[in-house]
Amino acid sequence: MFVDVVIILVKAGLVLFALLNLGGFLTWAERKQSAVMQDRIGPNRANIGKFTLLGLLHPVADGIKMITKEDFIPEGAHRALHTLAPAAALFPALVIFAVIPFGPTVHLFGRDIPLQVANLNVGIVYIFAVSSLAVYGTMLAGWASNNNYSLLGGLRASSQMISYELSIGLSILGILLIYESAQLDVIVHKQGELLWGFLPQWGILFQPLAFFLFVGAALAENKRVPFDLPEGESEIIGYFVEYSSMKFGMFFLAEFVEMVIVSGLTVTLFFGGWQFPYLQATGFVWPFGWGTLALPHWLVVLIQVGTFGLKVLVGCWLLLVIRWSLPRFRYDQIMHLGWKVWFELALVNLLITAVVVLLVT
Amino acid sequence: MIPISYYLVVSAILFVTGAIGVLLRRNALIMLMCLELMLNAVNLSFMAYARMLNDMGGHVFVFLSITVAAAEAAVGLAIILSIYRTRETVDVDYLSLMRH
Amino acid sequence: MEAFLFWLFSIVGVACGAMVIWNRNPMGSAVYLVTTMLCLAGLYALLSGAFVAALQVLIYAGAVMVLILFVIMMLNVRQEVVPREGSLPAWIIAGVLGLIVVVNLAVLFRHGDSPTVAEDFGSIEGVGAQLFATYVLPFELISVLLLIAVIGAVVLAKRRAP
Repeated sequence: MFVDVVIILVKAGLVLFALLNLGGFLTWAERKQSAVMQDRIGPNRANIGKFTLLGLLHPVADGIKMITKEDFIPEGAHRALHTLAPAAALFPALVIFAVIPFGPTVHLFGRDIPLQVANLNVGIVYIFAVSSLAVYGTMLAGWASNNNYSLLGGLRASSQMISYELSIGLSILGILLIYESAQLDVIVHKQGELLWGFLPQWGILFQPLAFFLFVGAALAENKRVPFDLPEGESEIIGYFVEYSSMKFGMFFLAEFVEMVIVSGLTVTLFFGGWQFPYLQATGFVWPFGWGTLALPHWLVVLIQVGTFGLKVLVGCWLLLVIRWSLPRFRYDQIMHLGWKVWFELALVNLLITAVVVLLVT
Repeated sequence: MIPISYYLVVSAILFVTGAIGVLLRRNALIMLMCLELMLNAVNLSFMAYARMLNDMGGHVFVFLSITVAAAEAAVGLAIILSIYRTRETVDVDYLSLMRH
Repeated sequence: MEAFLFWLFSIVGVACGAMVIWNRNPMGSAVYLVTTMLCLAGLYALLSGAFVAALQVLIYAGAVMVLILFVIMMLNVRQEVVPREGSLPAWIIAGVLGLIVVVNLAVLFRHGDSPTVAEDFGSIEGVGAQLFATYVLPFELISVLLLIAVIGAVVLAKRRAP
């Protein structure tokens, strides 16, 4: 009993460590990526002595800057809510990763340890529930600043987020219908089976439209380009104008951690999670009866965990490329898209999936 | 092992708290929130009895009750909004046409 | 472990519920109500109702309270210093009467230990099986009710064109 609790705590610690470091690393990756796409050099000044390390010290410099800046609360603002809002923005982003499996079951010291922090029966509904709590950070930040412009920015941002929550939920329901389970580790296991003998049954094979809708709706929920009107950056006042130093840093970090979450969810639901094609628990099993290749258990686990990490990184890179290629939408365009285009397409996708599943089985 | 009657006592305390709030507060928004608190207390007692009687019909009832509460909150807030637009106040003492 | 979680969620939930009716500012009341709903979701999880706990967070704390907070922010009920509503004798009488009701209910509904339930009690499959087999008529009626509520809210909140 006690050992089980320790194992879960170790897994949770690992996941949090990886998430927060990846969030910080992505701030550097975004700036370097944009520099490469725009044919310039990007950040390369932060150094220790003579080592610039390609600008990898810039996230560290950003962190030091944010911790040492003056942290003030504007006059007349609600002190408790002003301090609570960044935590309310970061908490859902970190907690969603508890149900995402990042590896197969490991046999270690005579125990079977699944590489997933919590295997809930209601896996996907838990993800919806926690991501719907992410609106509170935005709303409380906009209201608690005692500033009319940030109040309007907060209302704008939260109405955008709640509009696209519906499309996120509906687009995932097709995956639930096909794999007949709401538990994420069952979904990843079923994506290892082969269709017609040689195609791995990844989610994107069955639901390409749902993949596109899910990524778009999750980007809108995350307030990334092309839906980053709430930030605005140079056009319009956002909801965090009255925030400085580490509180602003927490909003900033929450956005990048949510980007990792979006990438992780897409990989788990549509791209096979930690599955490497044709790699079973005992080794490679080639299709068409071409034979097998037996591998030791630790090597199989290593390949599969590494595959998951690589897929998440490719997903994050794809989101960064999207950010620097598209202009941003206006607010009325975002609302029109959310309620009149995305929602309808998700409903149509669900209907077609339900009819096909009914006809096939 | 926590006896089910403890959950029922928590449900009773929350229900009575909500009822006091509805009776004593004058702000229409806070009255609506105390009403939601009463609905939540009833949901908790349904869940406790579902556990005790090993019947998942209680869970279904709570699901439907949450949905009804969401619909009622939406319509109630729309009513409060249109009242605020004409009367410039949400204080229920000033909303009576028949008395003054 | 279960006892510690029960007392934590109960005490925090009841305290935040009391703060909902005691706070002078609607915004503070709304935030306390969100905390109460999250504590109630924890209590549902302790009662083996995993699906209903997730639904409570998803619908109640994630949508209904967001809607209420929206309306509070739009009506611009700012944080002025408003006097406490209701006179102090009224609060004391209400508190005493409430205490009498709670004590009577607690004495009336004493039950023993709860039986052990199946492993999949309160799971998605279980609730779904009940919802679509035994209770399919209320399910369909609820969808009609939601349609009526959507139409009603849109009609009531529309600005009349001058």
